[in-house]
Amino acid sequence: MRPGGETTAALRGPAERRWTILAGIWVVLIAAPFWLPLVHGYTSLGSRILVLGLAAMSVNFLIGFTGVVSFGHAAYFGLGVYGAGMVLRYVAPSTPLALLAGILLGGGAGVLVGALICRSRGIYFAMITIAFEQIFYYIAYKWDSVTGGYDGLRGFQRAAINFGVFTLDIKHSDLAFYYFVLAVFAIVAGVMGFLLHSPFGRTLLAIRENERRARFLGISVDWHIWLSFSISAFCIGAAGALYAMVNNFSDPSSLYFDLSGDLVIMAVMGGIRSFWGPLLGAAIFEVLQDYISSRTVNWLFFIGLVFVIVVMFFPRGLLGIFQRRRAA
Amino acid sequence: MNAMLEVRNVSKHFGNLVAVRDVSLRVAKGELRAIIGPNGAGKTTFFNLITGFFAPSSGEIIFDGRNATRLTAQQRVKIGMARTFQITEVFPELSVDENVRIAAEVTAGYALSPWLSAERERSVDATVAELIARVGLTEKSKRAVGELAHGDQRAAEIAMALALRPRLLLLDEPTAGMGEQETYQIAGLIRRLHHDESYTIILVEHDMRVVFHLADRISVLDQGALLADGTPDEIAANRAVQEAYLGKAA
Repeated sequence: MRPGGETTAALRGPAERRWTILAGIWVVLIAAPFWLPLVHGYTSLGSRILVLGLAAMSVNFLIGFTGVVSFGHAAYFGLGVYGAGMVLRYVAPSTPLALLAGILLGGGAGVLVGALICRSRGIYFAMITIAFEQIFYYIAYKWDSVTGGYDGLRGFQRAAINFGVFTLDIKHSDLAFYYFVLAVFAIVAGVMGFLLHSPFGRTLLAIRENERRARFLGISVDWHIWLSFSISAFCIGAAGALYAMVNNFSDPSSLYFDLSGDLVIMAVMGGIRSFWGPLLGAAIFEVLQDYISSRTVNWLFFIGLVFVIVVMFFPRGLLGIFQRRRAA
Repeated sequence: MNAMLEVRNVSKHFGNLVAVRDVSLRVAKGELRAIIGPNGAGKTTFFNLITGFFAPSSGEIIFDGRNATRLTAQQRVKIGMARTFQITEVFPELSVDENVRIAAEVTAGYALSPWLSAERERSVDATVAELIARVGLTEKSKRAVGELAHGDQRAAEIAMALALRPRLLLLDEPTAGMGEQETYQIAGLIRRLHHDESYTIILVEHDMRVVFHLADRISVLDQGALLADGTPDEIAANRAVQEAYLGKAA
């Protein structure tokens, strides 16, 4: 027997139940600034989790829903970080412009790299994604005059957004910034969710499930993988742009392959067959880091421990448990 | 001259190995042709040549009057060839409905559509429901294909092939590895597709009861070459075929 069956339940289950769960998730996210302090959290931690969760969900668009593993997605995240940072630093203190720059820089690089590698598969694909990532990393690392090199790009701050009738002061208010991040998160995650429920999204599931069958149905597999890679890069570029605003800083480590690994860990921990799993994985990762790193510099050890436990006992990730129960 | 498929002097070499040797045959519209032969006779290789899994070393493949020799597998699907595989090839973690839906949507030209109008979606819904009913899986349509019994998985795969609106259906050992009941189920399905819906079908099959029960004509391959070609009665009486299967009488 294959263990499968229940795994796309999140995409399939009874419509009513699906909407209930979805509404529940959004209530939790919208109310986060109010319940986070009750569990010793704080609003800007919530913003970080949303941003890294969005990044992990973007990676998972490729891994979990197209069946193609990238270990180099920090490249497009980091380009989003630098795109937004450089606009804020050199061009104009405009949040929408910075966001757009991050999306276009990350996504544009994804389109180019994707075109070069979409014919590769498996471990070769993963290795080439790492190689390209290192190229972008070294550019950011070496190009001192533009990127700030090793020290990163400083000297910019996220800017208040002027809507004409009112101004959303995300610069000074963590609360306003959280809701700005949540709004961008909602749009980008919404686009991914919408696509996955479309005929196009189903061709991606088909490629994940059985590439040979997909090809014999007449799906142009390489072309669809390229599209999926590009979409995923645009989405993670948006996450990167937000990350620049979370920190008011563009850090070369945001392009480094350590972060790619972290994103994959978040996705796997939360459950790669689940749309929301990577967000849960990001939350666990960030909370652990936040709590443990204030006590020991060896916090990564504990994250590794948790990761191993999750993989051993919940091989389908934490949200995989619910999917399995639903099938039983 | 209503040939759906005409194969002219097709050969396939893998290095020094000649897997298919100078095979020619014609399959008429509406015919059910079985291809049989001992293990290693080149049946699956021959199938792969017809469906474009790889190109022949020499020879031509004419599909409905059109030279298909150099077309890719995808292009052959588009002009009306659909196949199933010896080992069932489905999307195991997706439901029967989703499996057939993907095939139907791709065929309708929606493979890149980020959304469908309500009207188009209703039309796809209807097609999918009809195909699933045709192979008898309506009650199991929400279940993951990977959880189903072997015969039902095969039926789902055939529904996917039918969703491609093929003019020629190629089935590679559709009853392989099946028990009595499942074999009966699938043979019945193939018979209905042929008799009631006049599909042109080419069938590679080991189960001789299925072959002689279903086929209009039978082609026998042996060591890559075409040994005989005829009606089931002719083939049953053919001495060369008996020798190929049973070994030469002393």
